[in-house]
Order: sequence, then C-alpha cells, then structure tokens
Amino acid sequence: MSDHTGPQTDATADHRPATSATTAGALGGSPARQPPAERAQPPSPGKPVVRRGDRLFRAAAVSSGGLIVGIIAAIGLFLLLQAVPALRVDQVNFLTSRLWNTDSLTNLRFGILDLLLITVTVSLFALIIAMPVSLGIALFLTQYAPARLARPFAYVVDLLAAVPSIVFGLWGIFVLAPALYPVAAWLNTHLGWLFLFSRRAGAPSLQGGGNLFTAGIVLAVMILPIITAVSREVFERTPREQIEGALALGATRWEVIRTTVLPFGRAGYVSGSMLGLGRALGETIAIYIILSGTALSFSGSLFDGGATFASKIAQAAPEFNNPTLAGAYVSAGLVLFVLTFVVNAAARAAIAAGER
Amino acid sequence: MTRTLDRPAASPLFRPISTGRRLRNRLATALVTAAFLLAVVPLLWVLYTVLRFGVKVVTSSAWWTHSLSGLLSFQAGGGVYHAIYGTLTQALVCAVFSIPIGLMVGIYLVEYGARSRLEKITTFMVDILTGVPSIVAALFVYALWITILGFPRSGFAVSLALVLLMVPVIVRTTEEMLRIVPNDLREASYALGVPKWKTIVKIVIPTALSGIVTGIMLALARVMGETAPLLVLVGYAPFINYNLFEGNMAALPLVMVSERNNPTPAGVDRMWGAALTLVLLITLFNLLATVVARRSAIKAK
Amino acid sequence: MARRLDLEHVNIYYGNFHAVSDVSLMVPPHSVTAFIGPSGCGKSTVLRTINRMHEVIPGARVEGRVLLDGEDVYGPGVDPVDVRRTIGMVFQRPNPFPTMSIRDNVVAGLKLQGVKNKAKLNETAEQALRAANLWDEVRDRLNKPGGGLSGGQQQRLCIARAVAVAPDVLLMDEPCSALDPISTLAIEDLISELKRDFTIVIVTHNMQQAARVSDQTAFFNLRATGEPGQLVEIDQTQKIFANPTQRATEDYITGRFG
Repeated sequence: MSDHTGPQTDATADHRPATSATTAGALGGSPARQPPAERAQPPSPGKPVVRRGDRLFRAAAVSSGGLIVGIIAAIGLFLLLQAVPALRVDQVNFLTSRLWNTDSLTNLRFGILDLLLITVTVSLFALIIAMPVSLGIALFLTQYAPARLARPFAYVVDLLAAVPSIVFGLWGIFVLAPALYPVAAWLNTHLGWLFLFSRRAGAPSLQGGGNLFTAGIVLAVMILPIITAVSREVFERTPREQIEGALALGATRWEVIRTTVLPFGRAGYVSGSMLGLGRALGETIAIYIILSGTALSFSGSLFDGGATFASKIAQAAPEFNNPTLAGAYVSAGLVLFVLTFVVNAAARAAIAAGER
Repeated sequence: MTRTLDRPAASPLFRPISTGRRLRNRLATALVTAAFLLAVVPLLWVLYTVLRFGVKVVTSSAWWTHSLSGLLSFQAGGGVYHAIYGTLTQALVCAVFSIPIGLMVGIYLVEYGARSRLEKITTFMVDILTGVPSIVAALFVYALWITILGFPRSGFAVSLALVLLMVPVIVRTTEEMLRIVPNDLREASYALGVPKWKTIVKIVIPTALSGIVTGIMLALARVMGETAPLLVLVGYAPFINYNLFEGNMAALPLVMVSERNNPTPAGVDRMWGAALTLVLLITLFNLLATVVARRSAIKAK
Repeated sequence: MARRLDLEHVNIYYGNFHAVSDVSLMVPPHSVTAFIGPSGCGKSTVLRTINRMHEVIPGARVEGRVLLDGEDVYGPGVDPVDVRRTIGMVFQRPNPFPTMSIRDNVVAGLKLQGVKNKAKLNETAEQALRAANLWDEVRDRLNKPGGGLSGGQQQRLCIARAVAVAPDVLLMDEPCSALDPISTLAIEDLISELKRDFTIVIVTHNMQQAARVSDQTAFFNLRATGEPGQLVEIDQTQKIFANPTQRATEDYITGRFG
C-alpha cells in the first residue's frame, strides 16, 4: 500500500548519476524550455533542481511533522519544569505517600500512591468488563450481522464515542448509579468478605453510588467503541482463503472464527484493548462527576470513593493560584502523562508487531 | 471435524455435525449478538435520559436567547446562549489553528515522508498525541501559557488545549484520505508538467476533500464536548463574555458542572438542558459531516 | 513542435536492481515508435525514463543520456517539471481527474501552469478535444464530470489533456490495454493523426497494434529472470515483422514465446 502512495519526492533525483552531468555548452540543437534564470546561473552540478514552490511547500510540510514531535517533547518538558519546584518542597515521599494535602504552601504534603492505585483499579475494572463485550460486538459486526446492516450497526457503536464524557458522567451518577444499587447491595451482602466488594464506614453510600463500581462501568461503556473499532478493522482483514478453507472442512461459523478470525486478529484486539486502557486512565470528567471524595485511603474495594489522577487535578484546577501549588498537581499530571504514554506506545508496538 | 469423518457413512446423505458442536455454535451466536445489544442499551439509555429531562428546557425560546445572568440558583428561566457562544467560538478558534497544522502534517506523512526517520517518529508522536488525556493537554497549556508566559485564564487558553486534542484527529483523517487518492492521478498531473506542490494542492487535496472535511466536522464535534480543559483554563461566567482573551467565559459543559451541585429544580433543569443542547450541537455537526460526505461522493461519480 | 529523441547508453536501476541495461535508440520527429516485448522486459520503464516520470519511485535512478533535439533531459539545472511539460504522457489506465469537469480536465495542465484567460482555455479545450476525436461526443456536456465517460472516451480525454499543453513528444504506456476493441481502433486512428504534430513513442503488448500504428518498432527482452531487460533490436516496423535480424525477435513475433 504505502509503496504505492508514499513518497513522491523528486529528491530521488539525488541518485542522478554523474555520467549525465554534461555541461550546458555541449548542448546542440534547439534549447529545451528552461527558465532563463536557471540558464544564467546553473546550480552546482549534482544538485537536483527543485522549484521554489516545491521547496517552500516541502519545508512547510516537514516542519509541521517536526512540530508534532516538538509538541510532545514540550509537554513533557514544561510539565517537568513546573513540577520540579513543588516536588522539591514536598514534605512526604511523592511516589509512596497516600497523603494529599496542599492547603499550606509551606507544608506541602502530597504523594500519588492512592491516586495511582485508584486510577489503575478503576481502569482495569472497566477493561475487564469492556474487553469481552467489545470482542463480541466486533465479531457480531464482522462475522454475524447481515452485510446490509453491518455498516449502520457499526455506526451505532461509533455513536457511543460521540457522546461527550460529561454527559456519560451525569447519566452515570444520576441515572445509572441508582439503577445499579440492587446489584451493588447484592455484591456487598454476598461477596462482602472479598476485599473488592467490602464497604467501610465513611465510604460513599451504596445508594448514592459515587464509587469505583459505578465509575468503572461507565468507563467500560466509554471505551467500548475504541476497542471495538480496532478489533473490527483487524477481523475484517482475515484472509478470505483461510475462512473458506475452514468452511470447506465443514466447520461451523463459531469454529471458523475460532480457527481463523481470532488467531489472525489477536494482536489487533490486544492493542485495541490497550488503547482503551489508555483512554480509561486519562478519563477526567466522568470520573470527576461520579466519584465521591473520601477521607479514607484506598482499600482496594470497588465500593470506595476517592480520586484518580485526572479527577484530582480537575477538582483542584479552578483554585490554582500559585505556581508551586499548581506544581503539585502538575506532578500528578506528569505521572499520568508517562503512564498513558507507556500504555499507548505498547499498544502501537503490538499493532506494529501484529502487522509484520 | 475428524469425528464426523470417522462416522459410518451409512446414515443420512449429508452427515450432520455433532450436537455438541451445534450447541456451541448456537451459544456463540447468542453471546455475540447479546454483546452488541448490550452496547446499544447504554446509548439509548443516555439519549433517553437527556431527552427526558432536557426537552422541556430547550423548547423554551428564552433558553436560546438569554444567559443565566442575574438569576439566583433556585430561580427558573434564563438560557445558555452565553455558553453556546463560548463553546462554538472556542471550537472555531481551535479549528483555525488545528486545520492547517493537521493538514500539513498529514500531507507531510503521505506525500513527503518517504519512510524517513522523521516520518516514523512523527507517525509515532501523532499516535501518542492521540492518547494524551485532555487534562494533561490542559495542564501543559496551563504551565506554558499561564504560568510561564503570564497570560490570564481565558477562552483562548482553552482553544489552545483543544488544538492539541484536535490536531492528531485531523492528521489521521487527512492521512487516510490522501492515501486512498489513486497514484494514477498524481502521475497524470506530473506528466502534464505540474510541480509537485501544485499537484498536491490542486489535484490530490480536492480529490480527498470530502473525506477530510467530514473528519474535521467529527473532530469539531468531539472537541466541543471536552470539559477538562475548561476546568483548568477558564472560569465559569453565568453571563455573556464576547472576549475570548480575557475574563471568565461560559461553555456548555461548564454549565453542567456548575449546576450539578445545585439541587433545586432550576439547577436540575439547567444541567439537563445544557446536556441536551450539547448533544444537539454534536448531532448537528455529525449530520453536517454526513451531508458533506454524501454530496461530494455523488459528484465524484 | 515534434522533436527528435535520442537515448544513449541508458541504464536504469531500482535501488540495487539493474532493471534495464544499455539502451540506445533514436526516434525521429513526426514518427511513431512502438516498444514491444514480454512483460517485465523494461519497455515501460524505458518509456518513463524519457520524461523523468520513473524518478517519482523512490530509489530509481538512471545512467546515460536522454536527448531531446540534442539537449540532455537529465542535464544539470534541468527541472523535471519542465521536462514533463515538454514530453507528455498517456497512461495505461485512463485517469481523468475525478473532481474536474470534462473541459477542466482537458485544460488542467494549462490552468495549473497559471493560464487564466477563459477564451484561450476554451479555445484550447476545443482544439485538443478535436485533436483527440472526442469533440463531437462531448461538446454538449463539457461541464459534466470526466468520470461519466466510457473507458475509451476517458482515454481520449486523457490524450486531449496531454495534447492541450502542446508537448513536443507524446509517450503512451499501453494506452489501449484497458479498452475494448472498438475504442482501441478509435485510439489507433487517432495516433496516426497525431503523428503530424508530435513525436510519438508507444508501449504495447499487442503486436498487431504495433504493426498497424508504428513506423519503427523496438523489441525488448530479458535474457533470463533476474537479468536486466535490454533492447534486442530496433528497425522499420515492416522489417521487424517481415524479416527480423534477431532470432529472439522472430520467436516473439511468431508467438513462440511471450
């Protein structure tokens, strides 16, 4: 594919051999249509002729590409620049402390352990719900849905991605959470002995539902479309011969999927899921709206409240009035940036590996 | 499969598959179909919720022509034109920056990249930028624009953060659309003695234009729903502020955030009204995208 | 104005792959030269070298000289864009610009080179369409998209487009291979007419076509797979088909291989 459409550059004339570099004086016959200016001052031999328009346009295109690289570098750099002064005066260990107290500038105590644990827990919970469902949707859309309906159905799933996260947040806390209450109560009563479903005094009420349980389910809905989209794309590319080969052996539809589509699409499915994880880790506003704050530190239970990196920053952001104070939150943002960077990079690497 | 082969060939002409395989196939079909239905439930539920609580609010004409200026939290009435103005202008300014950058990066990747090292790095960085959480983009703009350069919080700062979120989307669309422009057309243009840059501007881009415009519309729709940058980079004002560069400014998500803690009926109405308004705006842009895509698809034929 | 074309010891490479070895030939003005030979023998590659189209493929390079009336197309300071303006090309598959009307397609080259004069553009469009024997078929729908024409009409539209920029040489890369017999005949008639104004080089896999339209014929061949393609012989078309000098040529023409 890319062979075909990729580079069109005339710079390949770089390879022009020296043997063709005859001098202009040796030319006989009538002159070709050359601009007189270039006639008068021929460029140094070996240098390909590139028009000014081409040179300018190329420069603009290349520098835009460079700009993107620059932006990513700048994000890391400026976050670091602003984080360092705050980290210097942090009175507790930034990585291992569960405290987050930024009331007094002279006694900043902030650590990310709780934020990290909550962020990862809620994201993984969302991922565990979303992965099988997305797999089912992607298979349905590519292998089961009638050809005429596959596109509109896919569009419906994509619509989920078009709903703003704040609307998901409001729906989650005001509509979904009350509806989930019976489920949450049942889990708490019957499986409360397991740390995941225990609830301590001081945690958000089960009726209110301002906990990781609700947030995780909403997140799962939000990352469904991205996992589905990536998986769908790979599943669609399963070679026809393989599918027909399996069919000709008398395999059922499910057996065809198990023997051809799933092995072929595994890498895409995994990387799609990681992209979804990246999205979940960074989701801000839905979590900000759903999760109730709490004085307790995180116990690992889905019925805990608290804050993720993103929601913590969003809560405090309107009160940023001092660079050092903001720096505490920027530090948390930096960790989030690194976390999502790593997850996304791993996802892309998985895609690249799958394509090879 | 081997099991069926091992069976005596006597019985029916077409050897049926075992019951176990049949059942497993049925089960898989049921599960997969259920997964799809499961995804449709929240979508319909969300839309139903927003419509149910929002319709009576947005059908009042004051909703579109008034702000919330001077209204106490429990007083019904007022509207959100100030927030619609904010959302649209911020998105528009964001588009003004994002479209040229995104287009040029896409052009670079497809037409000039030549699989160079910079091209590979750029592709990778666009992927990374796609995954940057909006709150991180907002913090970056905060660190650079407000802390270091000393500008005040403003709608413009929000637009800058939105640029970071919109550019990678436009790059992706542009790239995809340029790649499906047949190489024949580029060659035909070169063979007419048209320089490369003109070929790109006059032949390649117009051919890919409808797809690119569709992508831009969808990107705009997404950017309008972003809330995190608003929280970090601008304060909420319940009144109209035309100045993008100074002062608090409303946007639809901010109305929702600020009315969320207002438990009076007026607050609930405003919250869901703003939610429906935002959904309507986004739907409008999505529809525009479809129209653009359809119109030019016919012309190409 | 038609000009003479000389290839002198042309070697063509894609990266390390030696695609075509040591081709020298002469194309007189106002003549039609056909390149024939089995697939992969490098005839299209040689054609694309003449107007420097091959160098849009990364890694492609050329040694030797391609002279247009004595001036090296690969000389220092020669802009490939200018070369392509002077040496036009028609491709295997018709490729009208899908976003443009029929008229805009014909004058696309002029318009993109900055000609704005409407009257002049319209006049050129008519002349070029007449030259391509297409005027009568499309005069009523000049503003319709070019994609709506039949394959043969589209190819003649592409010829009109190439002719409209008034090149000196016209290169045709298997212009009929995607067309039905009737459209092919129309294009062959057209080629004989175009020879009045242009020097024409045509690549074809159809030997009857070469025999019908060309004045001289060049036979290209591969010694073996993996070896570079080479020019076996070039001569008057009648001579090549009636009494070729080389055994390989005779084998190919009589259908013993290829």
